[in-house]
Formats: sequence, structure tokens, C-alpha cells
Amino acid sequence: MKNFTYINAKSIKDAVESLGKNWNESVVKSGGTDLLGELKGMIISPEKVINLKTIPNLDYIESTQDGGLKIGAVTTITKISESSLIKTKFPVISQAASKVASPQLRNMGTLGGNLCQRPRCWYYRENSILCLKKGGSQCYAFTGENKFHCIFGGGPCFIVHPSDMAASLISCDAEIKIYGRKGERELELNNFYLLPRENVNRENVLNPDEIVVEIIIPPPKNNTKSIYIKQSIRETWDFALCSVAVSMSMSGLKCDDVRIVLGGAAPKPWRSINAENELRGKMITETVAESAAKAAVNNAQTMRDNKYKINLFQNIIKSAILEVIKS
Amino acid sequence: MPKKRDKKIDKKHQLSRRSFLKGVGSGAVTAAVIPSSIAAIKAKETISFQETGVEKEVVNLIINGRTYNVEVEAREILADTLRKRLNLTGTKIICGQGACGACTVLVDGIPIYSCITLTMDVNNRDITTIEGLASDGKLHPVQEAFIEKDGMQCGFCTSGQIMSAVALLKNNPNPALEEVKLGMSGNLCRCGAYPKIFESVLAAAEKGRR
Repeated sequence: MKNFTYINAKSIKDAVESLGKNWNESVVKSGGTDLLGELKGMIISPEKVINLKTIPNLDYIESTQDGGLKIGAVTTITKISESSLIKTKFPVISQAASKVASPQLRNMGTLGGNLCQRPRCWYYRENSILCLKKGGSQCYAFTGENKFHCIFGGGPCFIVHPSDMAASLISCDAEIKIYGRKGERELELNNFYLLPRENVNRENVLNPDEIVVEIIIPPPKNNTKSIYIKQSIRETWDFALCSVAVSMSMSGLKCDDVRIVLGGAAPKPWRSINAENELRGKMITETVAESAAKAAVNNAQTMRDNKYKINLFQNIIKSAILEVIKS
Repeated sequence: MPKKRDKKIDKKHQLSRRSFLKGVGSGAVTAAVIPSSIAAIKAKETISFQETGVEKEVVNLIINGRTYNVEVEAREILADTLRKRLNLTGTKIICGQGACGACTVLVDGIPIYSCITLTMDVNNRDITTIEGLASDGKLHPVQEAFIEKDGMQCGFCTSGQIMSAVALLKNNPNPALEEVKLGMSGNLCRCGAYPKIFESVLAAAEKGRR
């Protein structure tokens, strides 16, 4: 790892002012669990690293007046997974948090960092390979080893977004607050993420001089039930092969409204509108759950090694729908 | 070491307190010659760099109750500081990327991976390593349990396993097997001694009850 200038930010403004105008110049660090991998592997070698953990009052889980929640960007994943407030109100977020990585990484990692983590693609993470995302001329996954790559939204790069938290939060219609040199902006978390065809080098809309400061979760609709199911190779530590977040508001067994968000599916957390349409306004039965699961993978585009994801997704989506109505 | 860049930044931004004070002094002298507003701006710029960014710093580490002052580069990793500078080699490095748990230490009582922790980030924090568990020549109950129950094979992951177990039992002195498995899920054992490791943790909990 190359040395850098380390800046302990004292305020959000301080952090933003320390940031450079391009990505080579500076990066922000929160828990550092993803960043240290990138620095050690020399995937990036910035001149400045700005520590956000030293900013006071950026670590909180608070109820809002309308019955929603606000979570500060440097709140640890452990804190989120253990919050009884989140557990009762938004089980999907609590469950996703408890399935992130390992206990130690949850103690270190933060919500903002989790949402902004870089892809796990092995071509991206290998320092000797200059892939498309790193400014090279081609995506090696497309013709190479693509077992862990995307089945939706691919091209010209075929990563999947690794964040469990993102999928769960989008299923709750969460919003993200960003602070930059030009001031503050707030957008739907779903619109925070980009596909490679929009920007092949980055996974979200953050500019080099912006940081994530807060996640806002609106109050759940009446009688909302939610669940997060994650399938990975190992039970611990692993990123999702396939995961699904379901948040459903119900009248009895009838689905009034629903969000289904897939992880491990696409270069961004993938909202499955097809599956949602199969459920909205219907009584949830096994047949309906099955047809929603089928609709979810309807337009998937698989590559040589990732065809298994079609079956895996169908199974976890169906189970998630049938489980959530029982919860 | 990227010498070229270091030099450049050293010159531009890395002023020591001494040279900064000198700079302010000469600024005051030249203020008579150049407009004072420019001198003021220059001094202000120097201050902001001085206050915010460092490439090297003396950190104050409180390890197992003892205080160490060590000068480290910004990129230095806690596991390296422990092992290479302070000779606390009980903490092991295997994967070096937070994917095995051998380097687990406690910071303010919470288990973290020291191989992906910057030493500067634990400045003035309370660090416990495997060397800090025994007291008055007597092993910690978790250490004793690992020996009694043979909770290891090659032993290389053991110090990390024990640190996780200590933190787990502090939070939950009476864990069920499933809770032990979950609590220990951030530590790999390539020998696959898991059944004995879990048994050791349960035995240590039992000792705590006695």
C-alpha cells in the first residue's frame, strides 16, 4: 500500500472541503473494511484519505416524527443489526444487517460504507488486470469466469452490487442524503445507484467531492411485513450469490403493495417490477408466489457460469413471499 | 515508498510545528513589505494543512494496559505495529485482508480485524491482544478451556479464536451452541477444528458459571 495523507475530519463540511476534485486524489474512509482491501491490493492509491469516523454526531439511529427512521452514515452494521427499534419496525433491514460479512466486520463496517462499497468482481479486485471499470478496454468477466456475475443490467461491465443493506433499504423506499461542495441533496436510494451503461467506472451518483451523511426510511405502510433471504456459498462472511428483500403491506392475505429487491443479480440493487406486478392486489397463495418468482427472472440474461442464478432466485423469491406472509 | 511524491508533499504540506512557527515568524517580518492581507491568507492556508493532514504521526497506544508511543506512517496497519514494532507477535496475520480472523484483537472491548485497521485509528483507544489475557501468571479461563478441550490443531488461528471467544462470553456469558457458532463465525480454522473450538468456548462459559 502506498502512503497517503490522513485527515481526521472534524465536521461534514471539513470532510467535503478536504476532498479532491477527482477520484485519484482523495477517498473517504468510514469503517475501512472495503477501502483497506482496495488500498492494500493497490487497486487505488489516493493521495489523501479522509476519515469520517471522527465527525461527531454521524453515528445514530433515530425515530422521525412521522414514524420513520434516520440512520447516520457512520453507524456500524452491528448497531443496526442489534437495534430493537429496527427489528420491530423494519425486520428486513435488521435481517440484512445480521447477514453482512462476519461479526468483526460488522463491528467495523458502517452503513454509509456498506452502501458505497466497490464491487467484488475478481477481475476488478486483481491489481494486475486493467478491466473496463478501472479504465481498461474490456470486461474480462463477459468472456471469462463469470460464476458470480450479473443476470440483469449487464454491459459493458458485468459486476453485481455486493451490498445487502442496499437491497433491504430500497425495499423500504429509503432515501439517501448526500453532502458536497455544492450543498446537500437527497434522493431515493433506488436512484442513487447507476448501471455500467450509465457510468462504467462508478456504481453510484456520488461525485468525488461528495459524501453520504444519512439514510432516511419513511414510515412503513399499514400492516407491512418484510423479510431478507440471502443465499451464499458459506453461511458466514460471504457476499450473496443471490438475495432478496421483500416488503409487503397487506390486508389479510391480500397484497396491497410490495417491493421486491434482488441482490447479487445486477450491477445495482435490482428492483423486480415484474415480480411486484404479479403480487399487487392479489391474495398470496403458493401459485401466486411461484408466478411472481418466475416473472422475476423472466428477462434474465445469463452467461456461461451463472445460469444457476435463475433457479436460485426463483426459489428464494418464492420462499421469501411465502415466509413473509407468515411473519 | 513513493519517494518522489512524499518529498513533494513534505515540502508543501508537511510542516512540523517548529517550522510552522518559524513560518509565521517570517510572515510577520515580511508583512511590512507585502500587503498584510496576503500574508494573512498564507498563514491561514498553512494552518489548515497543519491541522488536518498527516503522513506520519506519533500515536499513543494503550495495549493491555500499557502505554506505547510509536511513530507510524498513515498507511501502517495495527497488526504490523503490534508484531513488528512492539514484538507482540501473539496476534497473527494470515490473509491480511479481513477474511480469516487470525488478527482479531479487542478495541475498547469489541473484536475487530487488526490487519485492516489503520494504527492511527486506534490512537488513545484501549487495545487488548492475546498477550493481555493472562494475569499474575494465570491463564484466562478461555485460554485454559482451549487447552483442556484441545480447541486447536495447528494453532495458528487460535489467538484470534480466543479473542473472539473472550468478547463473545463477555456479552453473553451463557451462550447456546448456536450462539457460539454465530459469535465465532468471524474466525476461520483451516484445520477444521470447529467442534473442539465450540466445545472449548462452551467449557469456558461453564468455568465462568462456577
